[in-house]
Amino acid sequence: MTASTNLADICVVAAAEAFRGNGEIFGSGMGTIQTLGVRLARATFEPDLLVSDGEAFFVANDLPIGGTDKVIEGWVPFRQVFDTLWGGRRHVMMGASQIDQFGNSNIANIGPWKQPKAQLLGVRGAPGNTVNNKTSFFIPKHTSKVFVDKVDMVSGIGYNRVAKMSQWVRDNFCLPRVITNLCVLDFETPDNRMRLRSVHPGVSVDDVVANTGFELVIPADVPESRGPTANELAVIEKLDQRGLRHKEVS
Amino acid sequence: MARDKRITLDEAADQVKSGMTIGIGGWGSRRKPMSLVRALLRTDVKDLTVVSYGGPDVGLRCAAGKVKKVVYGFVSLDSIALEPHFRSARQSGSIAECVEYDEGMLQWALYAASLRLPFLPTRAGLGSDVTVVNPHLRTVTSPYADGEELLAVPALQLDAAFVHLNRADVHGNAQFLGPDLYFDDLFLNACTPGRRFLSCEKIVQPDEFLKNGSFHTMKINRSMVDGVIESPNGSHFTHCTPDYERDEKFQSAYVKAAADPDTWSAFAGRFLMGTEADYQAEVKKWHDEQKAQA
Repeated sequence: MTASTNLADICVVAAAEAFRGNGEIFGSGMGTIQTLGVRLARATFEPDLLVSDGEAFFVANDLPIGGTDKVIEGWVPFRQVFDTLWGGRRHVMMGASQIDQFGNSNIANIGPWKQPKAQLLGVRGAPGNTVNNKTSFFIPKHTSKVFVDKVDMVSGIGYNRVAKMSQWVRDNFCLPRVITNLCVLDFETPDNRMRLRSVHPGVSVDDVVANTGFELVIPADVPESRGPTANELAVIEKLDQRGLRHKEVS
Repeated sequence: MARDKRITLDEAADQVKSGMTIGIGGWGSRRKPMSLVRALLRTDVKDLTVVSYGGPDVGLRCAAGKVKKVVYGFVSLDSIALEPHFRSARQSGSIAECVEYDEGMLQWALYAASLRLPFLPTRAGLGSDVTVVNPHLRTVTSPYADGEELLAVPALQLDAAFVHLNRADVHGNAQFLGPDLYFDDLFLNACTPGRRFLSCEKIVQPDEFLKNGSFHTMKINRSMVDGVIESPNGSHFTHCTPDYERDEKFQSAYVKAAADPDTWSAFAGRFLMGTEADYQAEVKKWHDEQKAQA
């Protein structure tokens, strides 16, 4: 039974689901919904995950967003984060300002790199993340400006580029999910094109298509994204007492 | 008895010459050697190549128009995602040359230099547009059975390095007391000996280190350092935990001032034209004014 059809809660549950089955690796979230997703997964169905405080420590307790009462179970300064992700023991859920049908993503800049119209974050860790560990995305506003035919700067690599890379990269590369305010997407198709996995309650397939700048793979039957169980909702409320998640999506 | 390496901020800054490549430690808006960065701004050194996990160190040099080239993994203020001066410099095309790397690639470039290797191999960056916008990058093929093609990140040798630590002795042994060393040891080790400058919150006697923290905090030894400067609050407005947190109010004021050339020149005139002591006094006065207005 679904205890809530609130959009932010749906997104948090979808984010948590991306980590299902990951086991004893570092679940890392960039942003509120992503962080809540990892922490919800660890608090419920994926207890072996390691989660961090966003600074330099793994925490053993269910730390609320902004919480300082930490039970520290490990030390992960940036150098150790790089070692962990290069070693493949991490699944990160990032944001993206642009993403294409094969999952090439851009957080760096809009317009030409040489002199961008808008300087964004720069590539940061996206190249190393995508080539080395599982990388998912949460995108709070699903529009055809984000879901584009071609991204301006490939910071995170996608499946069509990987197809031309080494056997090792082809064997290890994985973009599990793209979650938005409208739907959940994945790349589980024969040629790894982006596929509509589920639509959030109240959203139609046509809504998703109208807001996507490329052709999605759409199965004959598209299920509805699930909402939180009563227990999951209680955990979410505990992890986000100030309701910050509601400020990320509308 | 090892040498006493104490010098002043200005003596350190004076040893940096135009055209040099300088590495700046810290990360974003965290434990940046800001008093050394401010001292360097007071000199007429120009055409620098700045290597950094960038924050206001890169931003301030962009604002002053005193940077030729920036090598970066990012330039951010952490709690404020984009460094305003860097952003406008990028958008106006005023930095002559940019080398944008994946964060891990930058670590590899510094590590290769510190080990005196020509390059280190990695997969980070492969397939991404980092290889397109950096046409100097080459790949290398594994000589073993796998034959995999890897990115060969070239060593990044530094002519000068600035870092800020919590504690140091006069000889250059130093200690970080916060949660992360970042890559400060690599910035020092990637630098040709002679201009490796370390500022600290407090100079202590060598036998005091272990009273402050465990031996795991002592990652910088004196063979990595040429000059030591005691500079309390030297990371301001970035953080230097546990000595102090980031000055978020002042950082916000910095960002607000950067939005407009007039407000910026007023801000720079008030805070950046005098000595480090003047800066610290003005910051204190500014906070008093804010409190009075509240």
